[in-house]
Amino acid sequence: MSAVLELSGVAKSFGGTRALTSVELEVGAGEVHALIGENGAGKSTLLKILAGVHRSDAGKISLRGGIYQPRDPSAARRSGVAMVHQELSLCPHLTVAENVLLGEEPTFLGFVRIAEARARVVKALARVTAGSAAISPDIRVGDLPTAAQQLVEIARALVLPGVRVLILDEPTSSLGQDDAARLFSLIRALRDEGLSVLYVSHFLDEVQRVADRFTVLRDGASVMTGAMASASLSSIIEAMAGRAIDELFPRTAHHPGEALLSIRGLASHPREGSNVQLRDASLTVHRGEVVGIAGLVGAGRTELLRSIFGLDRVRSGEVKIGTFPIAPPSPARRLAKGVGLLSEDRKGEGLAVGLSIADNLTLSRLPFVVTPRAQAEVSRRFIDELSVKCSSWSQPIGDLSGGNQQKIALARLLHHEVDVFLLDEPTRGIDVASKALIYARIDALASAGKAVLMVSSYLPELLGVCDRIAVMHKGKLGEARNRADWSEAKILAEATGA
Amino acid sequence: MANKRLREVMQRPWVGPLIALIVVYLVFLYLRPDTFGRTQNLVNMARQTVVVGIAAVGMTMVIVSGGIDLAVGSQVALTTVVVAAMSKAGYGALASSVAGIGVAATIGSLTGSMIVGLRITPFIATLGTMSILRGAAKGLAKEQKIDAPARGLDDLLAIPSPAKAWMVFPAGVWILVATAVVFGLVLRFTRFGRHVFAIGSSEATAILCGVRVRATKIAVYALAGALAGLAGVVEFGKLTVGDPTDSFGLELDVIAAVVIGGGSLSGGEGSVFGAILGALLMTLIKTGATYVGLHGWVQEIVTGVIIILAVAVDRLRKQRA
Repeated sequence: MSAVLELSGVAKSFGGTRALTSVELEVGAGEVHALIGENGAGKSTLLKILAGVHRSDAGKISLRGGIYQPRDPSAARRSGVAMVHQELSLCPHLTVAENVLLGEEPTFLGFVRIAEARARVVKALARVTAGSAAISPDIRVGDLPTAAQQLVEIARALVLPGVRVLILDEPTSSLGQDDAARLFSLIRALRDEGLSVLYVSHFLDEVQRVADRFTVLRDGASVMTGAMASASLSSIIEAMAGRAIDELFPRTAHHPGEALLSIRGLASHPREGSNVQLRDASLTVHRGEVVGIAGLVGAGRTELLRSIFGLDRVRSGEVKIGTFPIAPPSPARRLAKGVGLLSEDRKGEGLAVGLSIADNLTLSRLPFVVTPRAQAEVSRRFIDELSVKCSSWSQPIGDLSGGNQQKIALARLLHHEVDVFLLDEPTRGIDVASKALIYARIDALASAGKAVLMVSSYLPELLGVCDRIAVMHKGKLGEARNRADWSEAKILAEATGA
Repeated sequence: MANKRLREVMQRPWVGPLIALIVVYLVFLYLRPDTFGRTQNLVNMARQTVVVGIAAVGMTMVIVSGGIDLAVGSQVALTTVVVAAMSKAGYGALASSVAGIGVAATIGSLTGSMIVGLRITPFIATLGTMSILRGAAKGLAKEQKIDAPARGLDDLLAIPSPAKAWMVFPAGVWILVATAVVFGLVLRFTRFGRHVFAIGSSEATAILCGVRVRATKIAVYALAGALAGLAGVVEFGKLTVGDPTDSFGLELDVIAAVVIGGGSLSGGEGSVFGAILGALLMTLIKTGATYVGLHGWVQEIVTGVIIILAVAVDRLRKQRA
């Protein structure tokens, strides 16, 4: 097999931070190669180098035998490396055709050559929609569903002649199960046409379904590579985490006490711009217990937590804290009753990134008069307790790494002294050390008699941390059963409705 | 330690405008030492800053909360009309002032309720009230100035009489100082103030943390309205008539003062002290340009350049930090 794209000893530093130390990667012709790694492992830096956004400091990259060192993203595209970003970068007000050719319009004296443009768009669209519904080139992109927008993005990547390597960055993160399956068959079809696909993801089940070979990235270096079919899942997880997975989850025996949070038949109105809604959820969480919620994106897990917390409008059903039913729900009233929510959207909602560590930490529970001295005292306590890496308590929180930001978001709930912790994806996008710390904290909270209800997309985490787990599917919450009754396969089966 | 302390102080948003104020003053002092060396001139510049300054205190809160109030000029004019009408009807200085400020605070809270309840962006909502209040002022005054007894309000900006020389500045200047100190402290050191910053920085985070966002926003616009009313009372003292066409475009000076003082129109940043410095800087440029003999059009260009420079320097400072 001949390598189309070959990296050896690639390194990259930003200031004093070494994002990549030594990456070896070989993508063969007509293969789907998975690049796997935790958040913070260096995947995005590597992709930016390949896409021509950054230049590597050391090492060698070759494309079809020649040196590959693109000056900028458009040079990368012209050399035959096309990239589809995780967050779709389409202009919602322009049509499909305008988006596909954006920046590459064939022109004559500055005027777009309409016939040629049209032909190229139609051809590119036909290639990506084989096997699924056709997309009209004249429709506005903003009017398309997400899955179709993704196909438009791929069509845009393929519209230039001579594309050899297609890079897909977390392509299923906003897709449902059916759309993801269609995307996988498209990827296989493109591979069979001879295209090399670099598929970036940290969802192992996905990677197993679509990839031929894989490379694991950890702490900026490639640590494992091989054929997908012959690798065991647990060895890949160990390579990603750098340690055996059960070491991450310290467990002490929990002793569930009385019921602290109980919900009956809870249903919500969908939020603006979303069609996901909670249809029916009943659940009891006791003191001293960690209950996990599994499910696919769009199953309504986040909506469950938000409805309990009073952020989503509740349509029917009841939420009780202790023995009090409390209505109407609002975040202020929930916090007053000792219920706190850790948001999954750290930058957009969880934290005010322009404000300082202290302001973010104390926001939910400020005294009438706020003195710098008291702010400093509280902040220092939690900075020590959670080993937050920062220069001072007055530092803007936007300067911290994801893991340290998340520690402050959690510290806010600790400072508020809530009894019920609603944690939405508490370890998303953070480094392994911070994850371990947060797992230990969750365990300690349960031991101290708090109730924890957590949502996670990462199944090993749910199985490692939770006492009981319930699965959501299309807005309905299943029965919460003991962890011992579950396996990854069983959770997936219930999550997909199988 | 001292070094770190100094660096922390340098991070404050008002450091830039303070330096600019001192530098510009020194330039004028060099050019016109006989004028700018005199206390009288300082007192005069302080007097001219009072109306914009008081309104800028309220605008700082609005801008920190992520909003804007374009109706300040109209509000000041309406207040002069209300105060004049009250005074003409025989009410005293206190009753007239309280009525003027009360009307302005009520209008402010209605504006806030409209922004919160109808979910109209503050820019559009206050673009509307700017026109409504101007119209109301003209209607109330029957499209002409209302001559009314000043009832001592004209003393607010008058140079203190020799018997009261210990005051140094006119009473209006002291009102500005007191307003700035009180609201500066409120914004920085109270729960309400921190909530205003949080809402401007990230409204979603504020909601998540149980901040009563809607009530806080209404309070911000009500307070800003009351302060615009207070500015209107002082303006009446200056004019001694109720003039519905007065203070046209004043809101832009007020916004400029806040922005020069480190306020960010995207919210979450700004300081009362900075806004006062910004207002002083604009007065200084106007006064200085007049004494140096620059034409009005040059003053306007210089003021515009200062606004742009102030914001650009602030951006650079943040990028380096």
